[in-house]
Amino acid sequence: MSHGTLYDKVWERHKVATLPTGQDQIFIGLHLIHEVTSPAAFGMLREEGRHVAFPQRTFATTDHIIPTTSARRPFADPQAEGLLAVLEESVAANGIEFFGLDSGSQGIVHVIGPELGLSQPGMTIACGDSHTSTHGAFGAIAMGIGTTQIRHVLETQTLALDRLKVRRLDVNGELRPGVTAKDVILAIINRLGVGGGKGYAYEYGGSAVERMDMEARLTLCNMSIEGGALNGYVNPDEVTFAYLRGRRYAPRGAAFERAVAYWRSVASDSTATYDDRVRFDAAILEPMVTWGINPGQSVGVTQRLPEIAALAEEERRGAEAAYRHMKLRPGDPILGTPIDVAFIGSCTNGRITDLRAAAAVFKGRKVAAGVTVLVVPGSQAVNRQAEEEGLPEVFRAAGAEWRGPGCSMCLGMNPDKLVGEQICASSSNRNFIGRQGSPRGRTLLMSPAMAAAAAVTGKITDVRTLEREPS
Amino acid sequence: MTTEPQRIIEIMGRAVPLREDNVDTDRITPAVALMEPTFDNMAAYLFRDARKSDPRHPLNDPKYQGATLLVVGKNFGSGSSRESAPQAITRAGFRALIGESFAEIFAGNCNVLGIPAVVASHEAIALLFAAAERRPETLYRLNLETKTLTFEADGGMQRLAIDLAEPRRVALLSGSWNSLAMLQANEARVRQVAAALPYMNEFR
Ligand code: SF4
Repeated sequence: MSHGTLYDKVWERHKVATLPTGQDQIFIGLHLIHEVTSPAAFGMLREEGRHVAFPQRTFATTDHIIPTTSARRPFADPQAEGLLAVLEESVAANGIEFFGLDSGSQGIVHVIGPELGLSQPGMTIACGDSHTSTHGAFGAIAMGIGTTQIRHVLETQTLALDRLKVRRLDVNGELRPGVTAKDVILAIINRLGVGGGKGYAYEYGGSAVERMDMEARLTLCNMSIEGGALNGYVNPDEVTFAYLRGRRYAPRGAAFERAVAYWRSVASDSTATYDDRVRFDAAILEPMVTWGINPGQSVGVTQRLPEIAALAEEERRGAEAAYRHMKLRPGDPILGTPIDVAFIGSCTNGRITDLRAAAAVFKGRKVAAGVTVLVVPGSQAVNRQAEEEGLPEVFRAAGAEWRGPGCSMCLGMNPDKLVGEQICASSSNRNFIGRQGSPRGRTLLMSPAMAAAAAVTGKITDVRTLEREPS
Repeated sequence: MTTEPQRIIEIMGRAVPLREDNVDTDRITPAVALMEPTFDNMAAYLFRDARKSDPRHPLNDPKYQGATLLVVGKNFGSGSSRESAPQAITRAGFRALIGESFAEIFAGNCNVLGIPAVVASHEAIALLFAAAERRPETLYRLNLETKTLTFEADGGMQRLAIDLAEPRRVALLSGSWNSLAMLQANEARVRQVAAALPYMNEFR
């Protein structure tokens, strides 16, 4: 069993009791909700005449269903309008703070939690959304939950949880230019498998992670769940504290200094023991691209797609199904794979540094003929920042569409959907069949710069070669 | 919600084989299902796209009508935390899942809904796939007390070992799978733990 890790310390501080079943009851410090998974939980609450135990510890926003061309109400889709209306009524009735469309702070739940300073080190964070692991970037135990569990948090501010084992992932060395946190996490999932993290919390560390800025760490932790790990986290350090200083919900003045002391105290001890340890060499990684129907099916951009026979036996069936769906061939290079759509956004890569990386590629270039490109900021704040920096002009000049904040084409719950068999270079986190709104649609996951490179060339392109030969 | 705890000890029924690993919750219930404000209609969305595109999908096969067990592969229920997935499964009449492994959030969701998601070895699952495909009428008896799955095959009784995390097994057997009542019982202690957390007091 792990000992002295951040996970152990935060768990102990939040533990209320051991339940008769043997599970632990854990206090949830921050509860985030959105319009999709919480309405049914509020419905259960209402039916039973219950109330929210700690309304000041739940914060709401809206993201999944937002049309990104115009968020004017009522929405054209009555179901979308209905979901948002239920959320609005519920937060009003329960005294929950809501970052709605007219708040100036609306956005994807995993983008706004960090940027508002709500997500902090040493917290337990829950949200009815699997990518809640994102907030672990601050050094928190952050987890996705289902709707019945949302109800548990609303009514008791606690959850019945199984304590996980802790796996330390050391990523040491220097990432080469053009290689990002997205590539690191795709490489990790490729090696350990999409189910490899089951039963574990992932602690990311090592010199490459220490050098990452907060936004890169958010990308890294975001996809922990794609590797099967319910939680992923980075120990809080100076980068974390500098990011939090001055944010709206971060402590101020002397309280901030006391907070830093607490935050330091929850970081894993140098003598901590882990249940498992895996090492990665950052210097050998290259930009990654997925070719299949789960985020573990990926290759380095200069590699060829794996032959079925070269795969572990248990992966072969899945690979065959993936090739059938993707209409790709084993042995072909991933370079040059033609694309129809590029999507830059999502809770994985919809923050300002992601948009800057994409803009650097689009600048002075044109989107390839026949390719549709959506660039979607993760929040209203990211939107404002991008506008201040003149990024929308860069995207528009290249022929990309600059949209309003939301989940957009990451999933098919709003008008931004793939059509038919379209193939999409996407900076999001899931290449599941049907994920982008068309049952036959195809998704290739990659970093924002790689998606932009695909957009301007019309095919999968190594962004590093593009940078050497500006058009 | 019933207030009487419902103990889940044994489940009997026929089984549908879903031979695939890494079946994600987007496939179990596509995004359109999430547009519904309640889970009432979820059964209609179960594997909706897969069933539409593949007429031979086992869930389209009349031979498996009325089955109550779902036999699945590895890492079933990966991806999105959507509770619509287990809700659709249970509302379509399934009472338990038997697989090689389940994704964490999905397994937790099954647990709070009182749906046993039990694991068995690779060999046992292979045997079950074959049995369910060859003789769809086979009746299986899943017992959480003895942690076994028994069924008749080739003239004799087959008995396979199944497993489930102990807290989850205890929760199902004792009827405390929807942990709400247990969580509510410790309200005073919850306030104490909250009061001791620096961030709950603005780091004063
Ligand atoms: S951006 Fe995608 S993965 Fe992230 S919360 Fe929205 S739908 Fe989920």
